[in-house]
Amino acid sequence: MALKLPIYMDNNATTPMDPRVLEAMLPYFTEKFGNSASRNHQFGWEAEDGVKLARKQVGELIGADPKEIIWTSGSTESNNLAIKGVADMYKDKGRHIITAVHEHKATLDPCKRLAKMGYDITWLEPGADGLITAKQVAEAIRVDTILVTIMWANNELGTINELPEIGKVCKEKGVLLHTDATQAVGKIPVDVNDAGVDLLSASAHKMYGPKGAGFLYVRRRKPRVRLTPIIDGGGHERGMRSGTLNVTGIVGLGKACELCRLEMAEETARLSKMRDRMDQAILSQLEHAVINGDPKRRLPHTTNISFPYVEGESMMMAIKEVAVSSGSACTSASLEPSYVLKALGLGDEIAHSSIRFGLGRFTTDEEVDYTIDKVVTAVKKLLELSPLYEMVLEGIDITTIEWGAH
Amino acid sequence: MAYSEKVLSHYETPRNVGSLDKESKTVGTGIVGAPECGDVMKLQIQVDEATGKITDAKFKTFGCGSAIASSSLATEWVKGRTIDEALAIKNTEIVQELSLPPVKIHCSVLAEDAIKSAIHDYQEKNGLDHDH
Repeated sequence: MALKLPIYMDNNATTPMDPRVLEAMLPYFTEKFGNSASRNHQFGWEAEDGVKLARKQVGELIGADPKEIIWTSGSTESNNLAIKGVADMYKDKGRHIITAVHEHKATLDPCKRLAKMGYDITWLEPGADGLITAKQVAEAIRVDTILVTIMWANNELGTINELPEIGKVCKEKGVLLHTDATQAVGKIPVDVNDAGVDLLSASAHKMYGPKGAGFLYVRRRKPRVRLTPIIDGGGHERGMRSGTLNVTGIVGLGKACELCRLEMAEETARLSKMRDRMDQAILSQLEHAVINGDPKRRLPHTTNISFPYVEGESMMMAIKEVAVSSGSACTSASLEPSYVLKALGLGDEIAHSSIRFGLGRFTTDEEVDYTIDKVVTAVKKLLELSPLYEMVLEGIDITTIEWGAH
Repeated sequence: MAYSEKVLSHYETPRNVGSLDKESKTVGTGIVGAPECGDVMKLQIQVDEATGKITDAKFKTFGCGSAIASSSLATEWVKGRTIDEALAIKNTEIVQELSLPPVKIHCSVLAEDAIKSAIHDYQEKNGLDHDH
């Protein structure tokens, strides 16, 4: 089969919908269009049945009771609801929250807002491997700590933080644990009880479901977690998130979870094999290339590689037939390289040159071969063009140069 | 972001990539930018002492496509010019020629700085006056 260009290698940003998910959703756009909150007629009941099945499907994937699932528009909303909701509900107990500097913006920004409101935030810093450890969390917990929010897997690196160990620490100290599991749910085994998680965020569109649908898991027992809602009006979702349910999206999310659960073992084996092949091929042909973050504790489908002395955006331009994501500065208006890579303590010439490859359910071996070939060719060409690489070949340590500002 | 055709052309087939002997008295070398900003340009000129004209120019750039294109264009433009003519090149002309969007204007500024820095180096080496 001929290779179809461009190739999608950005499955950590979003995933295409699985056709089986679409198929499950379609009836809910037309004949089963009811409002799931309509308790008095067939249309409402049909919609409610769809939502009920989805709750079960989500619950089964993460080891939760269906009643513990609160539907949202996606992980950004879930994170906001979890963090701000806990902060407000438990403010008389304390005002200290623990998070990490390389969390997703959907966690960082709510925490920053709370800091402005007078909450005290501890920002943990990862090691060079990108990981937050249970020990770090344990040391940061105080008597007034009400919440720890640490992501399950990092979106840029694919690194997997120390869960369930962090959950164990939080349980011992009686502190609530929220985890943004957007990158982890559906990709690796996630069990809220094993991991000691009290709140968990996820999005459908990261696991071959539709955009605009997500959920927040909220523990009901041991302990029963309470939240101050952000959206009031009608008391849907146990009063935590009002608003008519996005039934089609929820049905899609449920189906996506079911497929992930049933196919995870096989998919993980296939993707990690492909990903490892890609890593090995690239690293063996380009001597300076390095994997960012712990190469062992990683999502099976993600790799983040830096190509020192080559700038990220020019790299993306050179492999423009392959859709990837770069931590480079130039992709944004600011000149700052990725804050995630900076958090690992990487030098500027490395932080500016990272590319995240995100394989997915529909990635083929041919696409991986093509990507490897393009990347190797591009980096070799750009190294020829790089004044930094020339200096390195001349034996100059570029970290000792005093660069002028511009 | 969509690149202009001229940026793509310079990026795909950059003109005058390479290095001149930086120890030579007739070569001026300018290195501007910083890795932390994601851009470093090295631009070199070869000057004919008799005529004062720039006979050759080479560059190497670490940076985005627009930065590579700006420096590639700069080497094309300085060749055949006198020092004073090369000093007159303005970043706005580079912006115009490559149709750079506002977020990429710093690439053209850097290219202008690289030309000036290379000329400055040449003048220093040769004890010539310079007034900038």
